[in-house]
Amino acid sequence: MSRTAGSLRGYILVRIGLMVPMVWVLLTVVFLLMRVAPGDPISATLGGKLSPAELARRQHALGFDKPILTQYFEYLGQVVQLKFGKTITDGQSIGSIVVSNGGATLELTIAALLVAVLVGLPLGLVAGRYRETIGDAVIRVFGILTYAAPVFFVGLLCQLLFAKNLNWLPASTQASAIVQATAPVTTHILLLDLVIHGQWGDIGDVLKHLILPAVTLGLLVAGVFIRLVRVNVGQALGGDYVEAARARGVPERKVVTRHAFKNALVPVVTVMGLQVALLLGGAVLTEQTFNWPGLGSQLLKYLNNRDYIGVQGIVTVFALVVVFVSLIIDIINAMIDPRVRY
Amino acid sequence: MAAPTLTTPTAPPAASGPRKRKNIFRRMAGPFIESRGVQRFMLLTGLTLTLVFVFMAIFAPLLAPFHFDQYKDAAGEFARQAAPSARNHWGTTVDGFDVMSRTFWGARTALEVMILAVVFSLCIGVPIGLISGYVGGWTDRILVLIMDALFAFPYLLLAIVASFLLKNTIKSGIVVAAIAITVVYVPQYFRVVRASTLSAREATYIEAARAIGARPRTIIRRYLFANVVQSVPVIATLNAADAILTLAGLGFLGLGIQPTQAAEWGYDLNRAVADAGAGIWWTALFPGLGIVLSVLALTLVGEGLNDVLNPTLRRRKSRAPKIQTSAVGPASAPVVEEDVRS
Repeated sequence: MSRTAGSLRGYILVRIGLMVPMVWVLLTVVFLLMRVAPGDPISATLGGKLSPAELARRQHALGFDKPILTQYFEYLGQVVQLKFGKTITDGQSIGSIVVSNGGATLELTIAALLVAVLVGLPLGLVAGRYRETIGDAVIRVFGILTYAAPVFFVGLLCQLLFAKNLNWLPASTQASAIVQATAPVTTHILLLDLVIHGQWGDIGDVLKHLILPAVTLGLLVAGVFIRLVRVNVGQALGGDYVEAARARGVPERKVVTRHAFKNALVPVVTVMGLQVALLLGGAVLTEQTFNWPGLGSQLLKYLNNRDYIGVQGIVTVFALVVVFVSLIIDIINAMIDPRVRY
Repeated sequence: MAAPTLTTPTAPPAASGPRKRKNIFRRMAGPFIESRGVQRFMLLTGLTLTLVFVFMAIFAPLLAPFHFDQYKDAAGEFARQAAPSARNHWGTTVDGFDVMSRTFWGARTALEVMILAVVFSLCIGVPIGLISGYVGGWTDRILVLIMDALFAFPYLLLAIVASFLLKNTIKSGIVVAAIAITVVYVPQYFRVVRASTLSAREATYIEAARAIGARPRTIIRRYLFANVVQSVPVIATLNAADAILTLAGLGFLGLGIQPTQAAEWGYDLNRAVADAGAGIWWTALFPGLGIVLSVLALTLVGEGLNDVLNPTLRRRKSRAPKIQTSAVGPASAPVVEEDVRS
């Protein structure tokens, strides 16, 4: 192995290099999927609503009458410039949709990730430490249940219980109408905007609205964490170095916390990165359940209107986010764990 | 040419006994016999629930009081959104359908889509994985690149795009849903099968087969397939569970099966979102429980199989000498454990 291969900078460069074909394949898949369907996007979206001449004019304006290869390269070129075009049905640019609705999705996913870590790691550690006891079984079943219950079902039950019956929390949307109307817009992330402008009174309202969606989506991911941490702790406790620590007379409590847990948690960082895909997919469903004004509900709007450009644009953005986040996670992982830099 | 044996080299000596029939039964029951304690309990619960689910699906027409799109009986039309009563045991939906009937029929839809999706993914994923792993070179690299890109994609988005595009081309909603789910799961089979092919390719018995002049086709079909395919049951079971969730997710987003074609739990939950605000719980609870219990059943079976078949997860002191008799080669096992959910 050459010297550069083992260095952190070398690893990062190689990793970024690997990202290029990955993104290219993703974009090609998106493009092909959207073009496999018969007909062009314009007539699929607006066919029957406009005269044939008007359809042809719009097709020409957007370049859908060009050969498919030309269209493909134009699409790639636009994505490289981070231009995703304008939606067919309401003429919004994808960029502006991402700016105005991405904040809500970001708020939801980060809060959900927080819930997942707070719930998943401790339960996973306990289950792994006390393997094959009643406690382990209960936690495992809980983990499987969080996976088996679809987010929208959990969300509906939460709404029925906490919003309708107990009346503790609001059932849906991101904030009360009055807060949403008066909130200042700087970053398009509601919570952050309120903090920046010091509207502390409204933050409580926003947080209250956030709890149910975040817990719903967070539990889904928590199940994955429980499973993974449990397996890792179990494997770590069977490791030679744990046995060696025990043989040296290190107290059992210390063996578990210092030696086993620490090593068991390293892979969790990687998996956290992989969960971004799960998180985004789950966010689409959660947003629909809670009427959350994020990218997922925008995607759904364009799906229902059969707006090809809208769907293609938002899906491309999602794909880019996933690839980018996994790049960052891999780099962090390489910093923590030198073994990763092969 | 020496008669090639179809049993795996890692199989126990007993497996090459004279009576083939008995072997098959013993190998099917093997996981159950080898399990114990909590494991056995979980496996048993899973198997029981799975049987109930399959029973419900097959006998839905007999078990359900009404047809899934029936909104009236001899005594006239059902009341809409009516609470559970003697006439409609689990209440009625916003469209005036009987919730109990739709839940029972929903099991049938879920089973149909699940079987189709698993069969499709197996038929595509296993051969590609085998070829990619055995042939290697550029074929392998390109396939890995494409599959990795698909794998990194948020799975729900992939299914959404696929069903969005197929909806107008293929009439049967069940087939559309099954294909959409297949697109998501092919990469998983591909990865697992390719990984075990890679390690099996270097094994002595393959070398021996090559030495006596077996063609690649023969090696793949007669030697590798039988050996590699044993890592599939675990993912197939877990994917079947996932398929139900994805189907429900699609249905919930309004991209699944049309309500007149079949009863589908996800679609019913979609219609139940508005009900939740009014405190109507029965339209959400029963289809939701249908999803949770069927997914739970298959997951318990899958996890149970994985636990028993995966020797790396066993505790060191337990039955150490028996590890060699596991049906799945150790090489394939860790892949199953780590990759299947991420």
